[in-house]
Amino acid sequence: MSFDVEAVRRQFPVLAQRPHGKRLAFLDSGATAQKPQAVIDAVTRFYDRDNSNVHRGVYDLAERATAAFEGARGKIARWIGAEPREVIFTRGTTEGVNLVAQSWGRAHVGPGDEILLTGMEHHSNIVPWQLLAAEKGARLVVVPVDDRGEVHLADFERLIGPRTRIVAVTQVSNALGTVNPVKEIARLAHARGVPVLVDGAQAVPHVRVDVRDLDADFYVFSGHKMFGPTGIGVLYGKAKLLEAMPPWQGGGDMILSVSFSGTKFNTIPHKFEAGTPDAAGAVGLGAAVDWLEGLDRAGIEAHERDLLAYATERLQEIPGLRIIGTAPHKAAVISFVMEGVHPHDVGTILDHEGVAVRAGHHCAQPLMDRFGVPATVRASMALYNTREDVDQLVQGLKRVREMFP
Amino acid sequence: MSDLSDLYQEVILDHGRSPRNFRIMTDPTASAEGLNPLCGDRYQVFVKMDGDRVADVSFQGSGCAISKASASLMSQVLKGKSDAEAEDLFQRFHKMVVEGDGSQAEGLGKLAVLKGVADFPTRVKCASLAWHALHAALRGETQPATTE
Repeated sequence: MSFDVEAVRRQFPVLAQRPHGKRLAFLDSGATAQKPQAVIDAVTRFYDRDNSNVHRGVYDLAERATAAFEGARGKIARWIGAEPREVIFTRGTTEGVNLVAQSWGRAHVGPGDEILLTGMEHHSNIVPWQLLAAEKGARLVVVPVDDRGEVHLADFERLIGPRTRIVAVTQVSNALGTVNPVKEIARLAHARGVPVLVDGAQAVPHVRVDVRDLDADFYVFSGHKMFGPTGIGVLYGKAKLLEAMPPWQGGGDMILSVSFSGTKFNTIPHKFEAGTPDAAGAVGLGAAVDWLEGLDRAGIEAHERDLLAYATERLQEIPGLRIIGTAPHKAAVISFVMEGVHPHDVGTILDHEGVAVRAGHHCAQPLMDRFGVPATVRASMALYNTREDVDQLVQGLKRVREMFP
Repeated sequence: MSDLSDLYQEVILDHGRSPRNFRIMTDPTASAEGLNPLCGDRYQVFVKMDGDRVADVSFQGSGCAISKASASLMSQVLKGKSDAEAEDLFQRFHKMVVEGDGSQAEGLGKLAVLKGVADFPTRVKCASLAWHALHAALRGETQPATTE
């Protein structure tokens, strides 16, 4: 098996369009990835043929819908090395973190306790903990980020203390691309009896994830960043933790029996899936897993490494451009600022060259403050990007320099 | 199709590079923060009223060329205007930039250079941010103004 990027590109209908009459260079996959035809077809097919509510009907159609939904759960579980009952469908990464903070957190975090985060977390891995801390009288402790955009194990060692109740850390920084040593972080935390939540939103599109190997207690990610539909995501949790956790939202499907004197809750994963789920979304995410499994993983990783190295080198051609986040181990994400031009202006000018990038704080304001910038431009690449996309970016940035000399 | 040169006119680039009245006012009669939570643009706008006349306007903060140029032009245009005239300018500017009513440009003097922003929906909020902050300051609102 080898990785053929042109063959892959042809499977993404969205990439064929020409914004402002220019070839589309989509460099914003960190915000959301485009969808291959296989995923689009799977969602369409579900609504065309298999749609009915899951876990409810006794008729053939209902059985097929349930089988498709649970089949998707099984595929995702195998893909990350988990058991199906450890895979809880959520709306996305954000909901996954909130579920853990509200269910596990409220049961385990008390006054004076500490929640350990890093300085490069996305707002979705900060604010849910802040809400919990405010409610419980606990506090957030933050592992510092160095000038290259890295965290250090020694700081985790120093900061995981007797009051630390959980460590919540991103595997790949959405704003900088830094890949964190989450396996080693989990080992350090576990040696002190502290569980670890890993935010895998930016990791799953780029690296093979094995939750058992990482030994993550909770692992959260979104479908839409890994070529699946929006509105669906996954919370993986170790079965014994999930079983001991109280339910988060109440409603249908999460119960065994209900009476006005009390309710018996369903087993995991259903205990955490109240109400009608996004079944079509789950099926689409299952299709994304199938699609990824059909590609040459090592080939993808080599391709993305090449893109990152090529882009990093070519961006040096732009006068006054500074890359923010220069860790040696990075995913194919480059954040940068340009002297004398605000990222939004860069973004608008690039748009007119057919180049789609993100300009802003990337929902990581504390990290922007750390680097003393209000915002950055971020080019985030995925397996369907090519050197031509990078060339187009560089061309666009030269145009920016002409307008803002 | 929207043309980049309609957006980045020389006057706008100039005001973006060298904003006028870009300073903290030590004795304002009112001030308010303008914040665009989506992109993080943030300005503090200061106003000094003399009776019902705007004696001075200044601003401080960070944001893109469009938001900065718009704030800079606003600060120049408003000086010497009455409360009612300032409100009228705010309404006209809003109509031109947010609603895309180009006919408003005529009565807006040098603010007319921002007419082209209406063709860039993602940048409309940049142009209107300082105005929202000013509006909030004049009305004595304490919450940061946003363009949401």
